[in-house]
Amino acid sequence: MNALLIDFGSTYTKLRAVALDPVRILACGQGPSTVASDVTEGLDAALADLESRMGALPDFEHRLACSSAAGGLRMVTVGLVRELTAEAARQAALGAGARLVGCFAQRLTAGDVADTESLAADLVLLAGGTDGGNSEVILHNARTLAAARLSCPVIVAGNRAAAGEAAAALEAGGKTATVTENVMPEFGELNIEPARGEIRRLFIERIVHAKGIDRAAGQFDQVLMPTPAAVLEAARLLAEGAGNEPGLGPLMVVDVGGATTDVHSAARGEPARAGVVFRGLPEPYMKRTVEGDLGMRHNARGILAEAGPDGVAAMTGLERSRVEAMVDGYASEAGRLPGDEAERALDFALGHAAVRIAARRHAGTIETVYTVNGPVTLQRGKDLSGVGTVIGTGGVLAHGDASAHILRAALAEEREPFSLRPRQPRLLLDKEYLLYAVGLLASVAPEAAVRLGKLHLQNVEEEEEHGRNFLAGG
Amino acid sequence: VPREPKKHQRTLITGVIGADTHIVGNRILSMALEKAGYKVVALGALTPAEEFVKAAVETAADGVMVSSLYGQGELDCRGFRDLCVEAGLEVILLYVGGNLVVGKQPWPEVEKRFLEMGFDRAFPPGTRVDEVIEKLDADFAARETGRERAAE
Repeated sequence: MNALLIDFGSTYTKLRAVALDPVRILACGQGPSTVASDVTEGLDAALADLESRMGALPDFEHRLACSSAAGGLRMVTVGLVRELTAEAARQAALGAGARLVGCFAQRLTAGDVADTESLAADLVLLAGGTDGGNSEVILHNARTLAAARLSCPVIVAGNRAAAGEAAAALEAGGKTATVTENVMPEFGELNIEPARGEIRRLFIERIVHAKGIDRAAGQFDQVLMPTPAAVLEAARLLAEGAGNEPGLGPLMVVDVGGATTDVHSAARGEPARAGVVFRGLPEPYMKRTVEGDLGMRHNARGILAEAGPDGVAAMTGLERSRVEAMVDGYASEAGRLPGDEAERALDFALGHAAVRIAARRHAGTIETVYTVNGPVTLQRGKDLSGVGTVIGTGGVLAHGDASAHILRAALAEEREPFSLRPRQPRLLLDKEYLLYAVGLLASVAPEAAVRLGKLHLQNVEEEEEHGRNFLAGG
Repeated sequence: VPREPKKHQRTLITGVIGADTHIVGNRILSMALEKAGYKVVALGALTPAEEFVKAAVETAADGVMVSSLYGQGELDCRGFRDLCVEAGLEVILLYVGGNLVVGKQPWPEVEKRFLEMGFDRAFPPGTRVDEVIEKLDADFAARETGRERAAE
């Protein structure tokens, strides 16, 4: 039994050929991303590459794909209170692997609508109000969207008492609308799975076609999900295990890309210590955050702005002005690989800063409040201090020098005792870029998928020596 | 003509405002309110004023019941009605109760101060929950009558 796992990416079409019994990677293939013209060209090139490595292509019982091509799954979310239903809608979309292009709260204004029209969204998620709560705003927003120049479907996942009327208003405006369960049925209760399921259904049924990915449909079974959703699924599966294959326990995945840095956690994240009071919206067990200002190429400027150019320059040993000039050049060079020592040093510093900042934003925080009864510790977000495994994936962590040192930037630091990042996890690197493949395989052979991940993710100790040499030398 | 049955269950937000951990009285109040037929959204201890308002917006609450037992209530509650008005909750019913101020101050003065802040009612320490519920029922009934008159 063999499986072919395809990732239609924004730059490359990637293939992983996997044997299932016993499970192992047979070969990897790659071609250009050609979704803009004809997706089959890139896939054919990738298959030819795979064939050249394997001799002949075996029969594949499963041929599954995920896609982040053609802009990924571009979504707009709308809710009522920013920290409540608007946040719940955001969490649902992120958990479904979407790329959020717009997040709105309260009544949509004429400006919000103009923005939404120009964002070319693939899908809109409309929430607002707890069940039996506010219905006025979601109805206002439904009518506003109904009158907007939008051709994409709208998922209504708000106040149950108003959802039907909201969908009817959208349909009266010529929009496709579907209703699913409220993302926040009761105050403070997160219910994002039904909305995630609906997003995924529409992705498979409509958006894959709208993006032209199904043109290559004869060559695979199905495009199952957006690529980030496949990575999130891999995180869940590797944490929980399947069948007789035990999982790794609570874990975190850091994915550093050219445009964004994603962090996924599969962990409850409840207060670990007694007496700590949790505040704010409950956290989803499977949580994904996307840092749109932290990317190794397109958004390298964002890393510099957030980490401080002096700090980054000090790490590279280069002049600040030179670092700034290099980073400016990266903005238009999505596929650039580091060419010399200076560029390798800069990649190290950028990767280190991106991982550190993204992990800090993903993890929760604690704060001490002084009351008349003495100090009380408040926790917001997830406590990930006890997480046992951190997995690094993405270019700089897969191929870069000293990737182990970069991944270590995700961990807790003494100088930031209020940030609840993992303290002493084992560190694994996804050198063969197979997390998406694990996530896809999970749908047909979960046990084999867990084994595949455990077999091929590399323990960081093997990397350490190389990293030390790199740091010492340069 | 027989009166129509109550159109919907009324929603109340409860919580202890500010850096105040005294949750017991608020919990007893929340349970009693539920028993009296209200839908209660209990925010618990250590709740900032803004969180009461956000919860009230999302749940379209009919009233907010603010508890304060550590003597700092006056500081914490200042501007509470303004926050509600900002959030579009001009007419929401606001109650406050507990040990609202430090020291021995005459209750009528304390009450006056909180009413001037925009609370519809203020309750001194030792108020029985039955009394609060009676006042709530009466205030909501009065509002209903007012609305009907306005509609005629």
